[in-house]
Amino acid sequence: MDKIKTIDEIMLHIKDGMTIMIGGFMGVGTPERIIDAIVDSGIKDLTIIANDTGFPSIGIGRLVVNKQVKKVIASHIGLNPETGHQMNSGELIVELVPQGTLAEQIRCGGAGIGGFLTQTGLGTTVEEGKQKINIKGTEYLLELALKADLALIGGSIVDKQGNVFYNASTRNFNPLMATAADVVIVGAEKIVEVGEIDPHHVMTPSIFVDYIYGGKK
Amino acid sequence: MDSKEFIARRIAKELKDGDVVNLGIGLPTLVANYIPEGVNVILQSENGFIGLGQAPEAGKEDKDIVNAGAQLVTIKKAGAYFDSATSFGIIRGGHVHATVLGALEVDEKGNLANHMIPGKMVPGMGGAMDLVNGAKKVIIAMIHTSKGAPKILKKCRLPLTAVGKVGLIVTEMAVIEVTPHGLVLKEIAPGISVEDVLKGTEADLIIDDELKIMEV
Repeated sequence: MDKIKTIDEIMLHIKDGMTIMIGGFMGVGTPERIIDAIVDSGIKDLTIIANDTGFPSIGIGRLVVNKQVKKVIASHIGLNPETGHQMNSGELIVELVPQGTLAEQIRCGGAGIGGFLTQTGLGTTVEEGKQKINIKGTEYLLELALKADLALIGGSIVDKQGNVFYNASTRNFNPLMATAADVVIVGAEKIVEVGEIDPHHVMTPSIFVDYIYGGKK
Repeated sequence: MDSKEFIARRIAKELKDGDVVNLGIGLPTLVANYIPEGVNVILQSENGFIGLGQAPEAGKEDKDIVNAGAQLVTIKKAGAYFDSATSFGIIRGGHVHATVLGALEVDEKGNLANHMIPGKMVPGMGGAMDLVNGAKKVIIAMIHTSKGAPKILKKCRLPLTAVGKVGLIVTEMAVIEVTPHGLVLKEIAPGISVEDVLKGTEADLIIDDELKIMEV
């Protein structure tokens, strides 16, 4: 199967109301060209799971500014004032999650693990509504796994089979999200032939990747 | 020397050779500039690497290398990149020796509030809650008061970031250690009296028998 698609073919998989994980950290490692297409499409009512909501003009922030998002699950929204503005006006639901908890929830989602125990958030608003479990005298919060309908991943070098290499700090949430969604689409900076990425350097194995968009084909 | 530099210089002396350290955004980041010669500290950037270096020279910026504040940075020769789950495994797993963070409020029990002011500033906790819970030593770097109002309180009033995890508070006026008995005033800045510190502090302070003058 040819995993490399045109942007029109990619957009057939992105629909109103979906829960979408989007990789990247303040836009670094986010597949911007797929975001471009979502902004143009007018798709709405999305639930976005991501580390942050970027900046108003970068990354996931653009989807928020364009009012295509109904709910955000993220660790940080501070660099995109529009997210806070929509949250305060009641237009957008924002669930703030400690960054390490968010990463581990996604890892669990992709690894067939129902949840995990952590001390992060104990005694804070994060513990509200969550089960506490005492193990050998130490209290933990039970945090549950997260999954999504779709993951949009940013890859630096992607081979035609879908093996992904992430350059430098673009890796962040990308390899975790690639395991935790029903459909995984990689926005590639560069697409190469199979075999051009040394198997030692593959960070997301191709089995996780459904479609590839981008490169300079 | 301005207050922030003074605080950063004092905290830099707390770091030991070989320590893995995570510095928060803002004042804490300055600490990296004053680490004593011969002390090799490995800085972690929670977005996914260790070996955080200085800002890049003009023309040598790499868009893919940023710190947790989205600023362009560099990585040192022995550095390593990893994903966010590994990054926070390092943090929660106790592999970070010290973290330096700012604070809105700290209290007598070592409770910390530094991530939100309800109705005013709700940026999200980012990695702060994990860092405060997981790092072996939590050092708070902050200006002693906010426009004259104490920030070191009997009990935090803002929503907590973590419970009982702060170890040391360093301000432009004092070095204060959190102990099971309460807050101990260990050092005061040159030209500052104990009375000045007490006036700027709501919490009760135990004056250390060997009270020292802060050296930077």
